[in-house]
Amino acid sequence: MTNLLELPAHVVIGKIKGNDLKAVEYVSVLIQRIKDIDYKINSFISTNFENAIKQAKIVDKKIQSGESVGMLAGIPIGIKDNISVKGLRNTCASQMLRDYESPYNATVVTNIEFQDGIVMGKTNMDEFGMGNTSEYSSFGPVKNPWNSEYVAGGSSGGSAAAVSSLQVPLALGSDTGGSIRCPSSFCSVVGLKPSYGRVSRSGLISYSNSLEQIGPVARNITDLALLFNTIEGTDAFDNTTACSHKKSVINSLDQITSKGYQIGIFSNLTENSDIQVQSKLMEMIKVFERHQFVLENIDLRLKEFAVAAYYIIATAEASSNLSRFDNVRYGYPSNPEGFEWNRYYEKSRSLFGDEVKRRILLGSFVLSAGYFGKYYAKAQAFRNMLRTEFERLFKKYDVLILPTMPILPIKLGEKISNPVQLYNFDLFTILANLTGLPAITLPAGFSDTGLPIGIQIMANSFEEQKLFDLAVLFEDESKFTERTPTI
Amino acid sequence: MFKENLKIGLEIHCQLTNLNTKLFCNCLSNYRNSLPNDNTCPICLGLPGTLPLLNKRAVDFASMVCIALNCKIPEKISFYRKNYFYPDLPKNFQITQYNSYEISSIGYEGHFSIDDDSGAFTQMANSKPSKSQIRISRIQLEEDPGKIVYEDEKTSANTYSLIDYNRAGVALIEIVTEPDFSSSHDVRIFLNDLINIFEYLGVCDPSLEGSIRCDVNVSLRGGKKVEIKNISSFKDVEKSINYEVTRQRTMIMHDMEVQAETRHWDEKRKITISSRSKEEEEEYRYFPEPDIPVILLGGQSFVSSIRSQMHELPNERLQRYKEQMGLSTHTANILANSKKISDYFEESLKHYNSPIEISNWIVNELLSKINEMEKSDASKGVVIDLAAKMSPAMIANMAKLVSEKGLNRNMAREIFAKSFQSGEDPYYIVKSMNVEKISDSEEILSLITETLEIQPTLIDQSKTNPNVVNFILGLIMKKTRGRTNPQLAIKLIQDVLSSKKN
Repeated sequence: MTNLLELPAHVVIGKIKGNDLKAVEYVSVLIQRIKDIDYKINSFISTNFENAIKQAKIVDKKIQSGESVGMLAGIPIGIKDNISVKGLRNTCASQMLRDYESPYNATVVTNIEFQDGIVMGKTNMDEFGMGNTSEYSSFGPVKNPWNSEYVAGGSSGGSAAAVSSLQVPLALGSDTGGSIRCPSSFCSVVGLKPSYGRVSRSGLISYSNSLEQIGPVARNITDLALLFNTIEGTDAFDNTTACSHKKSVINSLDQITSKGYQIGIFSNLTENSDIQVQSKLMEMIKVFERHQFVLENIDLRLKEFAVAAYYIIATAEASSNLSRFDNVRYGYPSNPEGFEWNRYYEKSRSLFGDEVKRRILLGSFVLSAGYFGKYYAKAQAFRNMLRTEFERLFKKYDVLILPTMPILPIKLGEKISNPVQLYNFDLFTILANLTGLPAITLPAGFSDTGLPIGIQIMANSFEEQKLFDLAVLFEDESKFTERTPTI
Repeated sequence: MFKENLKIGLEIHCQLTNLNTKLFCNCLSNYRNSLPNDNTCPICLGLPGTLPLLNKRAVDFASMVCIALNCKIPEKISFYRKNYFYPDLPKNFQITQYNSYEISSIGYEGHFSIDDDSGAFTQMANSKPSKSQIRISRIQLEEDPGKIVYEDEKTSANTYSLIDYNRAGVALIEIVTEPDFSSSHDVRIFLNDLINIFEYLGVCDPSLEGSIRCDVNVSLRGGKKVEIKNISSFKDVEKSINYEVTRQRTMIMHDMEVQAETRHWDEKRKITISSRSKEEEEEYRYFPEPDIPVILLGGQSFVSSIRSQMHELPNERLQRYKEQMGLSTHTANILANSKKISDYFEESLKHYNSPIEISNWIVNELLSKINEMEKSDASKGVVIDLAAKMSPAMIANMAKLVSEKGLNRNMAREIFAKSFQSGEDPYYIVKSMNVEKISDSEEILSLITETLEIQPTLIDQSKTNPNVVNFILGLIMKKTRGRTNPQLAIKLIQDVLSSKKN
């Protein structure tokens, strides 16, 4: 049974399609796994077991009757609890939405169901995606499967932890400033933040619309490609999905080696990281050097303004996005009797958590009259400069390598009282969000205390294929993706 | 009279009622027949995770209005969020456009001439025709909020309010003018012209309740600007301005300072009331809407393509009627000032191309008949359909009978009245009444002979008195009830008389 849990999704799909394994059997095994261990991890806010079994039976029936099945046939998937699934609660890990059920499916969920993937449940996260530890969840923190005293990273901590601890082979997260990559790095799984406009955001409860994308989390690159190919593409429900692109493929090692990629390494960012993170990055570089790729050290200009610009834009957009949570049309039961509506708003909106309140206040401030030019406009101007800087780099390099996080996973509660320090940990991940570029994090080994370390690769817009190529090479040599935590 | 330096500016909200769907979703634009909150979807309810999907046709419609008001249309437009909390606003922000940081609106820097002579109610004897230019600051595209509904008419008597989101997300254009109006009369003319343009362009049906709303700002003698909101009918716009001018004038007379403030129009009492809730400075925290990418319109080629889809504008029609058809300014104005009337006129011309004759029948006969009906009709506001009363083909036949069959005016009016009442084609009425002109020479000659046999003295008198010809014609006309073709009869009388001279 352990063997079944550890099997990659693409192998399982092959067995299900080939009638070697019933989807309902596979789903049942995973349901049991979640029941057995998730109380230790807290990666799910709600589960969809009954329906998952039903869906699995439908897949089995299709296969029995010789009907064609989709590319995710029978695979249970964890969905971050800010992505709408019709009929399921969509809490964003907030008390504000603790009873809110979505009446419609996010486009990515429609796509998954179309490919016969199965929604297994909704995964835990920082409230509204605001945080990088998954401690700011009103449903309790997510614990790192590799060491439960440590954070799982955030904000998609539930998705990364569930995949890492073999509760589901695949999950969706959302990445506004590193929210897929940070927890994937801390949990030793593969996580991709796609190019801005590549995946529909319709149905994703917005935190910061101009920065975020939905993306896949998996234990290996082949599985990741399956989920990515399922969810990507233009969508009539999202005007920011621009144009269609080629599906990603898993190329052979020879094909990849023959491409002779030019690789830049952000040495000035790497130097500011934990020494153990630096050494894992050096090991990855050696792998690529062995494939005769050209590697060069480069400096990223302008890095000192990135965190400020990011937090100005993210909080500004968040302050506006979250103003709809006034408990008038939906929310949690709260009697408005006897309240004038402004007082009612105050009452109902007091249920936001502290970090969310902090960001709403920050965002409202930077947008207020007289400050727009001082903060928001400058942050946008910086964003354009940063884009230009990356355009310059991508004229010369195919991909850029840097750590995913500058630190090792931290202990639960260790930094919760120091928000600014937590914000600064985001420097390496927010670059992709500010510029709209795709970025992947790959498991790159473990610290001397056994904590996971991830390394990040960035490519030019819509060139996810290059990230897949390098990931295939690295995965083949490093085999880190085969390791699983003991729960 | 001392100079009051009255300055009035307008903010007009007009729903693009002729769009099929709302501005950002596929709900119907026409919410007026739906049960409360039935005409809604996750997008216009602002449910978590929904994104606005721009209705491109709304951009086209708004561009048409911009062109009609001589606005510049930028190469690219974008949307902004205006953030404020109000229960009728599903997202607690409104998606609109905003020009403070860049030109984001669909139109800017326009102008429009109002002509005292061209308004709909222009037959005011003592108003001198004059032209004034009104500058249009901007035209922006935005979404309508929902509606707060009170069960008790008296707002304060309600212990709760109901919200209907059927209207939420309907496309609106907001037209903002500079404070270039110097009288409430000018405002009225401008608003009438504007309604006329909306109808011509087919973007908005002004007869629908709440489709056009107007806010007004008024300042006197360089004083502070007072905004009047909540004016729901155009008739009240003029009243509210007059009230506000009197109020401010009285304050100035008593050395009281006019405060810059927002006042609400009390529809029942016809006065403006200070609205306390809005005293503090509004803070809307505008910023660009991230979910709608910047829209590149395409510059001049876009403008010309929109221009080519546009219906002829009222002033263009007016010009054509005067210059190409030779209609009088008065007649041309009456026709062009209503799209319905001028469309009817155009349709009639297709049946019989005689603009002057047809326009006379429409303006002098048909419209006055309809005016009489409207006055006696208790159900005011019902727009009478011209074509239903008398088809364009019938009015064309009327004109044709007069100019081709020599029907005289009095007889023609009689026939018109019959036709208007019965709905019968004037052509057949003429036939059945046996009122066609007698143009048969034989018949006229026998009439002349008959007359001269009764009064033979006329022959002699004709030798000295040339008026005898007309006298004989009169007798014949009397006998035939005016049906004789006069030109032909005169010629024949003269022939007969001169033959008798010898």
